[in-house]
Amino acid sequence: MNDVSRRIREKARELFATGRIDAFLGYEPGSLPLRARPCLIQAGDEDRERRVGGLVWDSFCANNLAVFLPKLFEQDPGARGKAQAPKPRLGMVVKGCDLRSVTALVREKQAPRGNLLLIGVPCAGMVDTGAVEERLAGDEVLSASEGEGGKLLVRARDGRELTLFREEVLQACCRECRFPGPEAVDLLIEGPSRKPAEGVYERIRAFEARTAEERWEAFRREIGKCIRCGACRQACPTCYCKECFAEQTDPRWIGAGTELSDAMIFHLVRIFHQAGRCVECDACLRACPMGVDLRTFRGKIVKEVEELFHYLPGFSLEEAPPLSTFKEGDGEGFITEP
Amino acid sequence: MMDQASQASGWEPKIVAFLCTWCSYAGADLAGVSRLQYGPNIRIIRVPCSGRINPLYILKALQNGADGVLVAGCHPGDCHYISGNLVARRKFALLKSLLSYVGIEEERVQFSWVSASEGGRFAALVAKVIEDVRRVGPAGKLVKPCR
Repeated sequence: MNDVSRRIREKARELFATGRIDAFLGYEPGSLPLRARPCLIQAGDEDRERRVGGLVWDSFCANNLAVFLPKLFEQDPGARGKAQAPKPRLGMVVKGCDLRSVTALVREKQAPRGNLLLIGVPCAGMVDTGAVEERLAGDEVLSASEGEGGKLLVRARDGRELTLFREEVLQACCRECRFPGPEAVDLLIEGPSRKPAEGVYERIRAFEARTAEERWEAFRREIGKCIRCGACRQACPTCYCKECFAEQTDPRWIGAGTELSDAMIFHLVRIFHQAGRCVECDACLRACPMGVDLRTFRGKIVKEVEELFHYLPGFSLEEAPPLSTFKEGDGEGFITEP
Repeated sequence: MMDQASQASGWEPKIVAFLCTWCSYAGADLAGVSRLQYGPNIRIIRVPCSGRINPLYILKALQNGADGVLVAGCHPGDCHYISGNLVARRKFALLKSLLSYVGIEEERVQFSWVSASEGGRFAALVAKVIEDVRRVGPAGKLVKPCR
């Protein structure tokens, strides 16, 4: 067990013992290799001590934990006007992307900052399960463990043992991460971290440089894979509308099926709704069962918001979300002059 | 004005125009009262403010077979609701670049400012949008086929 996991357990134990939190959100080992799963421990759980002892921090904690916050702090609509049950005080492990999403949710009043006890963990990037499987040429990963010096020991079903460097099999979003170290948290755990990436929009610029027909073809091909399962939306921390526009029935904006036009509008509007809120954690991409290249299209909105409005969702609670405000001097280059 | 292709097929662009009721709709009214000529290709939808326009409206119009969408509101600084058009301007800038990024022709969706006194500007704007859309031809990219 690594030092960071040990510190997380110690801290969770201490917070429960001193009664400072009602619940703790962290990671535990998943039932499959190369996976850690989110784990919510309640103060009243019978096996609380055992579960706290099972908390981990490793290279597989890719899930964005912020996705659980809106539901945890949801008001009971049936109790409107009556006394609401007190909102839980939550201890929570956050890496850079989690914290940026938490910040967005706090600003949007989906989670009260006062009820959160954020335990920041510097992130060295998370392993891309698919990239590891690719190295095994389609064979199943039987077990995986982390060794010294950024090594990853993988055993395949056919008995092969592979030593990979985690740096080689990192998620693309981690390589491009500009916020690997959380800031303004309640408690920061020391640990290995990445350097903030530079030149992160190269991929988007390369796509922009293609012809309109090529771009349309790529968009059509990718969205054509979509089966409209909604996994991208469910996994996204900043997609929390109780009624999504895609499922509204009065008016019914778009069909629920896999019709290409409906799927395109679903994705375009979902991407649009992420303007100034998307932290590029790639939760949507990991959740997608069809391997739709959502990064290429979603990345555009992040880039545009930064270039047009000089805004990048970070750790600040003060800045207004870019689409709820304006500047007199905002660009007008797109306006048609007769 | 009509190019040869559209003359041959008889195709005429259908353009949905979302106009803010305080400025641009009044501008369109003035164009009419002033007997200014412009193409009959636009279908006007009156909205309270350009800030009222959800990008979904624009996409929905394209899905339902509009060849082009024009959105017009009060000039910056003239909004009846003080800043509706300024907030809208940010949304439109993003939508325009997102649509162009995925390969939808820039001519399809256009934004402009028209005040209540600018009947001439409205007529010229509509003529320009019709011409632009005519040049890129019938929309097909987001259209949902009928079944």
